[in-house]
Amino acid sequence: MQATATQESQTKQALPGSPMSGSEIVIKALLAEQVDTIFGYPGGAIMPIYDALYDYMDQLEHILVRHEQGGIHAAQGYARASGRTGVVFATSGPGATNLVTGLADAMIDSTPVVCITGQVFAHLLGTDAFQETDVINITTPVTKWNYQVTDASEIAEALAKAFYIAKTGRPGPVLIDITKNAQLQKVDFAGYKACNYIRSYRPKPFVRPEYVKQAAELINAAQKPLIVFGQGVILGKAEDEFKAFVEKSGIPAAWTILGLSALPTTHPLNVGMLGMHGNYGPNVLTNECDVLIAIGMRFDDRVTGRLDKYAKQAKVIHLDIDPAEIDKNVKATVPVWGDCKETLPMLTAAIEAGVYPQWLQRFKDYDAREQEIVITPEKNPSTDKLSMAEVIEALNLATNNDAIIVTDVGQHQMVACRYAGFRQSKSNITSGGLGTMGFALPAAIGAHYGAPHRTVVAIIGDGGFQMTLQELGTIMQFGAPVKILILNNEFLGMVRQWQQLFHENRYSFVNITSPDYVTVAKGYGIAGQRINARENLTEAISTMINHPGAYLLEVMVGKENNVFPMVPQGRGVSEIILCAEDL
Amino acid sequence: MQKQEYTITVYTENHIGLLNRIAIIFSRRKINIDSLNTSPSEVPGIHRFNIVIDETEDVVKKLVRQIEKQVEVLKAYYSSNEEIIWQEMALYKVPTKQITQKVYVERLLRQHGASVVVIREDYTIFEVTGHREETDGMIKVLEPYGLIEFVRSARVAIIKESNGFHEKIKEFERFAPSDEVVENEYLNEQEHVFSM
Repeated sequence: MQATATQESQTKQALPGSPMSGSEIVIKALLAEQVDTIFGYPGGAIMPIYDALYDYMDQLEHILVRHEQGGIHAAQGYARASGRTGVVFATSGPGATNLVTGLADAMIDSTPVVCITGQVFAHLLGTDAFQETDVINITTPVTKWNYQVTDASEIAEALAKAFYIAKTGRPGPVLIDITKNAQLQKVDFAGYKACNYIRSYRPKPFVRPEYVKQAAELINAAQKPLIVFGQGVILGKAEDEFKAFVEKSGIPAAWTILGLSALPTTHPLNVGMLGMHGNYGPNVLTNECDVLIAIGMRFDDRVTGRLDKYAKQAKVIHLDIDPAEIDKNVKATVPVWGDCKETLPMLTAAIEAGVYPQWLQRFKDYDAREQEIVITPEKNPSTDKLSMAEVIEALNLATNNDAIIVTDVGQHQMVACRYAGFRQSKSNITSGGLGTMGFALPAAIGAHYGAPHRTVVAIIGDGGFQMTLQELGTIMQFGAPVKILILNNEFLGMVRQWQQLFHENRYSFVNITSPDYVTVAKGYGIAGQRINARENLTEAISTMINHPGAYLLEVMVGKENNVFPMVPQGRGVSEIILCAEDL
Repeated sequence: MQKQEYTITVYTENHIGLLNRIAIIFSRRKINIDSLNTSPSEVPGIHRFNIVIDETEDVVKKLVRQIEKQVEVLKAYYSSNEEIIWQEMALYKVPTKQITQKVYVERLLRQHGASVVVIREDYTIFEVTGHREETDGMIKVLEPYGLIEFVRSARVAIIKESNGFHEKIKEFERFAPSDEVVENEYLNEQEHVFSM
């Protein structure tokens, strides 16, 4: 629909004091929640809401995605880049079921998203009506909360609760399913009242000063303490408090993949990445530290490796906002329940300033070994084939470590997280918990709308890109200047790596072929090029970054490169290997 | 840790879909629910679930935290059988003719604490309320006489140390409740769970 049509057609906005349609109440609610962008796709059961949106196009930007999964990943990218709640519209039936992957992703990565789905008329519920599906029950395991509205009078309250629940406590996705009759129904609307209290919902546990004190005592007595931090620091908007804690305590800090960018990568106490493809030092020394201070992280199995060999020698201090995370995987010696925005300053005040030169030297020694065996050869390959690591290095230089890096899932994701530099928080957006291939392209589009003044680079493998490349159409239509960096190794690389290492080189269905991506991009009006030679790398990256709009750069990289170090599945973190020969 | 029977008591808002939200916490972890009862509670408008499972305390503790994490759940507790008073009710339908001819009905009623709910020409319905072994015991007695139908209810349980939810709900309804309502964090100190 064109803007001119808006001017010609009559507005359907309710006059002040007269009854308002449920659909218009939806829009009013979004405006009251200061939503500026919606990612969505229209359809039969949500048409009244789209009709109401038509009158508010000057106040709400709606990005028409090409698939509902793209819509919710875009909303996730928006939320992760902006720290605000992402909003999605989808219709009933397939529109709603297409959201499920994104909901599961947002659930496990604690991303605040509110999805509004249309539903068939209330009197048709349960009749197998056209595009009817039991969205509430399908999405129950993958939403923090969901609710079906069948009467317009419920809409404002349901949405107020939805926004409150999505963004408070441990954030998560919420879905509100609105039947078509409720969208059409006109009711008296007294105005929108934001929700800030639900009787049965305690977003934040109480901070127990006695536990903060106990934690401080443990830290003050520690000889070899280690901080492991996750996305809780970013979600709690506690980056400054965290940095103050790290700097006063003098304790080395290692990150989970979702914690990445909460502390600048060049910070002297940032000792790198934890887990399966993390850095050598933090993994090995997790099993040597005497006090492990976990902040806003949930001891995912990719971080801990084999649990019965994880930090058994250490006293564990666990700071988390979600009481269900305490003792879930790793038993806490001292649990510090609460929002780390509150607990970190209390802890910082209670500890003595510390320095651990010998302990830090251990990390440096392990780093030197990792540099020698892995990092230096990765960045300076001995063959003409480009390595993923040198591409990321070139990107760091071109962006001055200041881009938002959105990654998909697989080898390129691990390499990007290992090698990308970050200066500011909310700059690393990836599907960590769920490992959703196809996440990066739509999430990068969303990240642009969440942080419009920043450079957004989507780093994607040749497998993942083919899962959601239809969103190039969204870029074409709305002009999000997303830089798409495809690292093409002509394989589903991570699975291939496992098949090589653990399945006797039996490459079962990992040799995926690619279309000519540059031509595909051209079809969508997106500029691009493909390179495979080292001498073109710097210039190609720079061309991509400096291009005024979206750009696709396909880099052909070594086909059978592996990501190391690696904690093989079923092994402890200190059994991390630096090369295949160590297996 | 040894598996044993635990009864989980959950106080919730009365919302459609919440039963499913709670049930999938168990099914996702492949834990069988032995018995599930929902009923009103001592507080108007607040629902009460009793869920019985056979698990280790470690698992139960984690489940309770996951349950309490649900937005519409106010509180969840778990108790071993020693910590609760519990009952199940069973109904038994037997042919009246057989019973009157072959069973000392009077003794049956006394020994098993049974009562007669209905007597018709063709069948009689007995009721026994008690623990599992008591309701099971009655099956054994009646089986030889042609037990036509048997049904047993879910467990209902009252926690011995609980003073009810009346006071607690007032805390929940306060905008800034005291720390006591967030006591699930003290699950490690099982015996002190009721600080009301």
